[in-house]
Amino acid sequence: MSPAQSKSVDIAFVLNGQRVNVSVPAYTRLTDVLRDQLQQKDVKVGCNAGDCGACSVLVDGKNVCACLTAVEQVGGTRVDTISGLTTTDPSAKILSNAFLRYGAAQCGICTPGMLVSAIALLRTNPKPTEQEVLDALGGVLCRCTGYRKIIDAVVNATELNEQQNVSDQKVPVAESEGVGASGACFTSRIDANLAQIDGGVGQPIVRLDGLEKVTGRDEFGDDVAPADALVCVVIRSPYHHAGFSFGDLKAYVANHAGVTCVLTSEDIPGINRHGVIPPFQDQPVFAEENARFKGEAVAAIVARAEVLNSELVDAFPISWTELNAHLTTEDARTDGASLVHAQKQGNVLCRGRVKKGEVDAALRQSHCVVEGRYQTDFIEHAYIEPEAGYAKRVGDRLEVFGCTQTPHMNRDSLADILGLPADAIRIAATSTGGGFGSKLDLSYQPYIALAAWVTKQPVRITYTRRESMQSTTKRHPSKMHVRIGANAQGKLTALDFDGEFNTGAYASWGPTVANRVPVHASGPYYLPNYEANTTAIYTHTVPAGAFRGFGVPQAAIAQECLFDQLADKLGIDRLKFRIDNALDNNQETGTGQVFSSSVGIKPCLTSLQSTWDSLSSTVSEFNRYAQAKHEPLRRGIGIASGWYGCGNTSLPNPSCIKAGIKSDGTVCLHQGAVDIGQGSNTVITQMFASALGVDIGSITRLSSDTDITPDAGKTSASRQTFVSGNAARLSGLALRAQILRLSNCDSTSVIEFEPNRIVITDGNAPQQSIDLNELRVDDDGYVLSVAESYDPPTKALDENGQGQPYAIYGYAAHLVELEVDIELGSVKLIGFHAAHDVGKAINPNLIEGQIQGGIAQGIGLALMESFIPARTENLHDYLIPTIGDVPPIQSIIVEVHDEHGPYGAKGLGEHVLIPTAPAILNAIRHACGAQIHHLPATPDKVLSAIQGASA
Amino acid sequence: MKNVLELEAALQFLADDDVQVLSGGTDYYPALNDATPASFLLNVQSLPELRSIELVGDDWRIGAGVTWSQLINMPMPECFNALKLAAREVGSVQIQNSATIVGNLCNASPAADGVPALLVLNARIELSSVNGVRVVDLSEFITGVRSTVLRSHELVTAILIPNALASDKTEFVKLGSRTYLVISIVMCAVRIRVDDAYRITDAAIAVGACSPVAKRLTELEQLLVGRTCDASLANCVSAEHLSNLSPIDDVRATAEYRLQATRVLLQRMINGFADHATTDASA
Repeated sequence: MSPAQSKSVDIAFVLNGQRVNVSVPAYTRLTDVLRDQLQQKDVKVGCNAGDCGACSVLVDGKNVCACLTAVEQVGGTRVDTISGLTTTDPSAKILSNAFLRYGAAQCGICTPGMLVSAIALLRTNPKPTEQEVLDALGGVLCRCTGYRKIIDAVVNATELNEQQNVSDQKVPVAESEGVGASGACFTSRIDANLAQIDGGVGQPIVRLDGLEKVTGRDEFGDDVAPADALVCVVIRSPYHHAGFSFGDLKAYVANHAGVTCVLTSEDIPGINRHGVIPPFQDQPVFAEENARFKGEAVAAIVARAEVLNSELVDAFPISWTELNAHLTTEDARTDGASLVHAQKQGNVLCRGRVKKGEVDAALRQSHCVVEGRYQTDFIEHAYIEPEAGYAKRVGDRLEVFGCTQTPHMNRDSLADILGLPADAIRIAATSTGGGFGSKLDLSYQPYIALAAWVTKQPVRITYTRRESMQSTTKRHPSKMHVRIGANAQGKLTALDFDGEFNTGAYASWGPTVANRVPVHASGPYYLPNYEANTTAIYTHTVPAGAFRGFGVPQAAIAQECLFDQLADKLGIDRLKFRIDNALDNNQETGTGQVFSSSVGIKPCLTSLQSTWDSLSSTVSEFNRYAQAKHEPLRRGIGIASGWYGCGNTSLPNPSCIKAGIKSDGTVCLHQGAVDIGQGSNTVITQMFASALGVDIGSITRLSSDTDITPDAGKTSASRQTFVSGNAARLSGLALRAQILRLSNCDSTSVIEFEPNRIVITDGNAPQQSIDLNELRVDDDGYVLSVAESYDPPTKALDENGQGQPYAIYGYAAHLVELEVDIELGSVKLIGFHAAHDVGKAINPNLIEGQIQGGIAQGIGLALMESFIPARTENLHDYLIPTIGDVPPIQSIIVEVHDEHGPYGAKGLGEHVLIPTAPAILNAIRHACGAQIHHLPATPDKVLSAIQGASA
Repeated sequence: MKNVLELEAALQFLADDDVQVLSGGTDYYPALNDATPASFLLNVQSLPELRSIELVGDDWRIGAGVTWSQLINMPMPECFNALKLAAREVGSVQIQNSATIVGNLCNASPAADGVPALLVLNARIELSSVNGVRVVDLSEFITGVRSTVLRSHELVTAILIPNALASDKTEFVKLGSRTYLVISIVMCAVRIRVDDAYRITDAAIAVGACSPVAKRLTELEQLLVGRTCDASLANCVSAEHLSNLSPIDDVRATAEYRLQATRVLLQRMINGFADHATTDASA
């Protein structure tokens, strides 16, 4: 510390082995110095509050959060970050390799923090136990992986290094405990070759974009802006509902050196409105008269980075008038309640409905009927990467670089806002540090786009954790009332679902939730009579949008919890009841759709039978003993199913995948299906390689960029493996056909790419070759090229929701074992057994990763997560599972071939968390009788339910 | 070069200017809510003489710059078990490596992880200024939510713990909604001393996150003293013993639950001592 109150002090330290000197205010956060002054972008910032650990660095070998460290505190020390460590530290190299091999990195944003924490552990403890790993990594949050592969990687890193001999492998195959793939076999002309193609369909190869992620080199939304970019800061409403008026904005700009401009709704050249569903677009970029939720944008300051501080932001001239706000759907539906949007009577955004048969009559005639009300809260996506990016104007075009789930949709929305043609805008996706649905909607993009357009200078923005949580979409809070009937033989007779969803202040994906839920609320069961009605209600809260499952996880909670009550009433085993009522081939779904061969729920459920039987007996034995000994622990097992339609509901959602061959023999795949960690970069390439019939190592992948990759649709609705996968397969087949045509070779030929030529070997004929230098080069630089599209076949739903909403459904069933402390109400998860029908496992290792990650989010939904506007706007009041909260997970991969899926594959991403929460709630009830109707099942709620049940 | 500062000079800065004190930074930075840090702070980490744990005279002296990790890694007498258990429950390894025990007290959160364990150790707080040194009991040091008796020109230089307690047995439990990085729903710390006949000769019990400042439960302590540490204590904790707690409903739990859980946890901890005593006796 220097006694002189000078703004900046000189501080020297050793960074990754190099001596560095900086001159900055002494209490600047180390993260800011590392990232902004020293361009050390491998140090990630997820929360700026020590809650996520993404910024972990070693200071003299000690693991600390750089965001909580004053740069002065590292003067004279040695600071090591992941990019430095992976080049010099032996433990780091071992761990990077293990992370890659085990699939411990998905989106990769938490990976630097995880690796740094693991390095600190391994330096003194090369072969740690699982508990030691948990304790060492407990300070780093991950939202993608479910942690299990991270644990495996760290526990086994040293051993893997000792054993590994990979020289004979062209494409590394993942390390895994092994998955139980079931037998359904798919044969085709190409399939026979799959095993011969290195990295082809079905092989558990490591992710193709993984190396960057495990070495700190991957670039996310906040890592790409030029150092001199201006910074955009958004001014947001401090109230749930407020009027506002600006002071003298011109004077503010004039009086503050370094402020380039201020932006408000008046500066928008196009329309001040956006939304993901065109007929429902109702969200302004900047609020015009009233702000309708806490955190809504009303203006933005664009300034040079070095002048930006809280004083400057606090001096922004605006006055607020707090107005009466509806925070719940009850408030908004009260008679005479003021309207959130003047034209929306009753504050109803929209309704959804599916009706088959006569529910009321069937329930009246049922042998047994159960009924229940269930409620869930807002759930925050809590990806570790807050929204970030930068924009620049290039002549009359605008380019935006940043995190996103859907570049083309973002481009079209920005075009409307800026009043530009769509082709005047380029969106290039950086790596995206998790999305889960919330990075579908526009968030940061319009502010930097407008700022760059107006100032003609590059402009960057990074949301703080608080503004990310305040302003970006959430999972819809739900209130559900469900009645279910069964006959004396234990067969379902009818299900009636009524759901009210809080859609927040703007529509976002509210209509999708309202439509998807009625289609899915039956669960994957056969119901002769079925009715589901939904209403989406506006309130003065943050918009609810897309979050892994679009409302289906909420509906599954009500339906699956009531199934347990119904089975108990009927005296039928809970798993048997589900198997007996599971939807089968040639049975109608609630929308009247019939699948002849692809319904996979029964195999999922039956795959759990033996585990169910053995756990049933061990659990009851445990409980008998505990009761006899007056011990407070009780164990329980729970089961629940889920299904989910892949792709848009009865709407077109085509994907296009382009590929080309250069004259030097390079095969380029234009892979526009955004990889937000789920693995599309890898599986799309695997499918393309298999279809083309070449090893995956021959393919050069170009990533999502609206100037380069055709529209592969949004990363949403579990559609990329299915829809973009089909497009990739068709592209591969078309390219193969071109080559075979040129060489006049047989369809079973082997194709190899060599410099400037393609060699084709047909078993029965002499080797052929195509001299690529002889072919004409097109505008893209290709001598051969293809672009193939695929759009799933669906049929519109009628006024009763009857039709064919999806070409494909995927199916899932989860079994969980847990322990409840009946005196404290605390729940300890023991293990999951998760069966998923994926049609065909394109990459079993990535599938396991999706299953584990989805289950972790389901655990959060069931046990701890609740976003309360204005109260839980950070990651220490809003809790997501840590590494200590996810138990071992056995993945059971079921393959029931789907005729529409590429190689028979179905989608998976959203399916994985649908059964998790109800399985947990059912296990809690089994353990101790506690029934939770308003999630999450925190210890206080569980204890109160236990006491209610025994009263 | 490392910044090194003499304590005397630091106290002079505090006397001359209204300067905020920075310790580990793990509470200071989050509380900024992304605002710009102050341009001038007094950094406790730059005072080497405050960075040790030592036995000085009759007291263990934990310097203001001592981190939770330092405590965890240092061999300490038996009575520090509860404080070490609390240390392992502080946030995460990253937080334990930066955060100081004294900083935890000065931040004065109702859910401060260190307070219950230090309360049962009869900890005293040493406050220094250019005018000299004063020592106050921890129970008097924290006066309310985010409020202490620390004056603006004073620096907490150490926590003092009587070595007379060294061989007492202590336990600590923190209950939260997840495993790591969690703010407690309730925390309990217990210290007992037994004589050769397993009779309890001294007891201290403290509860955190159930009142604005963590509290000792003196009635329960008095009830234990003189009793034999065995199965006869099985149902000794009653609701009345918790009557001076005043928990609130918040996002983590209801007030009612906090009281119920406290009673269960305290009873289990006492039963644990009784079990150990019995096991020791039969050994």
